[in-house]
Amino acid sequence: MTETSGAVDTNLRKQETVAEFSKDHENALTRLANFLQATPAAIPLIVLLAATSIFGLLIGDRFFSPFALTLILQQVAIVGIVAVAQSLVVLTAGIDLSVGAIAVLSSVIMGKFTFDLGVPPELAVLSGLLCGLFFGTVNGLLVAFVKLPPFIVTLGMWQIVLAANFLYSGSVVIRSQVIAEQAPILQFFGDTVDLGDAVFTYGVIFLLLLVAVMTYVLSQTAWGRHVYAVGDDPEAAELSGVNVRATLVSVYALAGLICAFAGWALIGRLGSVSPQAGQLANIESITAVVIGGISLFGGRGSVAGTLFGALIVGVFTLGLRLLGADVQWTYLLIGGLIIFAVTVDQSIRKASL
Amino acid sequence: MSSPILTARGLVKRYGRVTAMENCDFDLYPGEILAVIGDNGAGKSTLIKSLSGAVRPDNGEIRLDGNVVSFSSPIHAREHGIETVYQTLAMSPALSIADNMFMGRELRKAGVLGKIFRQLDKKKMQAIAREKLSELGLMTIQNIGQAVETLSGGQRQGVAVARAAAFGTNVVILDEPTAALGVKESRKVLELIQTVKSRGIPVILISHNMPHVFEVADRIHVHRLGRRLCVIDPAECSMSDAVALMTGAMEPPKVGATQ
Repeated sequence: MTETSGAVDTNLRKQETVAEFSKDHENALTRLANFLQATPAAIPLIVLLAATSIFGLLIGDRFFSPFALTLILQQVAIVGIVAVAQSLVVLTAGIDLSVGAIAVLSSVIMGKFTFDLGVPPELAVLSGLLCGLFFGTVNGLLVAFVKLPPFIVTLGMWQIVLAANFLYSGSVVIRSQVIAEQAPILQFFGDTVDLGDAVFTYGVIFLLLLVAVMTYVLSQTAWGRHVYAVGDDPEAAELSGVNVRATLVSVYALAGLICAFAGWALIGRLGSVSPQAGQLANIESITAVVIGGISLFGGRGSVAGTLFGALIVGVFTLGLRLLGADVQWTYLLIGGLIIFAVTVDQSIRKASL
Repeated sequence: MSSPILTARGLVKRYGRVTAMENCDFDLYPGEILAVIGDNGAGKSTLIKSLSGAVRPDNGEIRLDGNVVSFSSPIHAREHGIETVYQTLAMSPALSIADNMFMGRELRKAGVLGKIFRQLDKKKMQAIAREKLSELGLMTIQNIGQAVETLSGGQRQGVAVARAAAFGTNVVILDEPTAALGVKESRKVLELIQTVKSRGIPVILISHNMPHVFEVADRIHVHRLGRRLCVIDPAECSMSDAVALMTGAMEPPKVGATQ
């Protein structure tokens, strides 16, 4: 604000037209901030392309091949789907620690309902999806109506859902072979489409479609604009006529449902139903969201950025492994990237205020 | 004078043991700028919030165009054509000018795209936003898609007033619109208020700034101790009289204190 009005004061011709919106008193920093504000996925995309090129140069064909590159997609599919759910919540200036637990419980319900209760597999899948929707909705109601901090609500829900998962499943794994014989629909997302050496699982295709659909919904529908407005300034949104509470509940509910899909995709990835899986999905999804340029303060960022964020982690993981580096180097570099991403976010916010 | 467009009679609002409004009356006539002045704690914001739907009075009645209305929320008041520009402006800084103008009342595309895919008609919204801003003389906007946070204080105020004027078919309420602005920006906003008036929309202006009030107001509602003390004509009254009235240093005059 100071920069803009200062420029107005020194511009004699413009002196009397203060409420004017012309571009010539924008300096380079403001313009850069505007560009990044309009396309928040730009930085993670640049980092992704740079990292891919560098590993491609260092490793060569073993990395820079259709097979290896689509392998990265397969490896990030589950975290990517969960991270889309996380993105929605973070855009409202919230955080969801229960995403991974909800995904795993949903997958356990799909398995247990099929094999223990004898429910038709299609119905078991539906039950698992409803489970995710249910816990997401409870999160949303607690945040929107009881006005509890999202961190606390989902910290509690994480423990509750995880404990329910272990109590219900008895930590027993349902083996891949059994599922393949009796309920192949549970492994649907593990099926592949091969294009030459490139291998796409349905889980990967689902992730890409999900990102495309959510990009459309967030930018082209009223609901999407409301998600950003609620994250930006809930009081202003309320006074402007946005139903803030309904928006929050719908965001957490949808996040829960997307996590349930991630649980289904997890069965496809592992082959088996494993109550022990997905333990770090909440932290990994937050990592992807932050590296993807979504502001933890809400209202800024895009799900395309989240996809790039997840892929950056995937590229570092596979690239460093092929280079023969200790896996701890991956964590070290990712940690640095997280801090870098938040620094960039802070400077964008400062430049634009 | 013609009949008032917005009236209030006997409004009462209590917060615990504090009475914020005590049997308060209010009248707004078509096409006028009515300033509301009063000392801090006189209860003028409670009065304004009752009119804009943010507060529900415990007692009394509000009439819009002669019909009794009872607003449950600011949205409800807005549906009756009463738009409020809050002191905080109620805008989402990271969203664009057009997004903000249509927040909560977005336009969808016609046909399948709008009905089934719920797609917003961004072009139409931007066109209307641009039109509304130029009607108020706020134009030469090159980029209606730029974020509100990239605008100066006066520009933001301009967008907020344009939003209210675009949708406020009956009344526009402005809460301290010049409080955070510099001299030049204030001037621009005062001109803007006159433009809104010239378009036939009555304006309620809440302000502490006496020169601003005396410059634009047609009548001045003096609020004191939770009720309307009197209504004065800025042409017949001095600023120091107005201040004396609102602080209780002077008794209200017998003439001109009606309505």
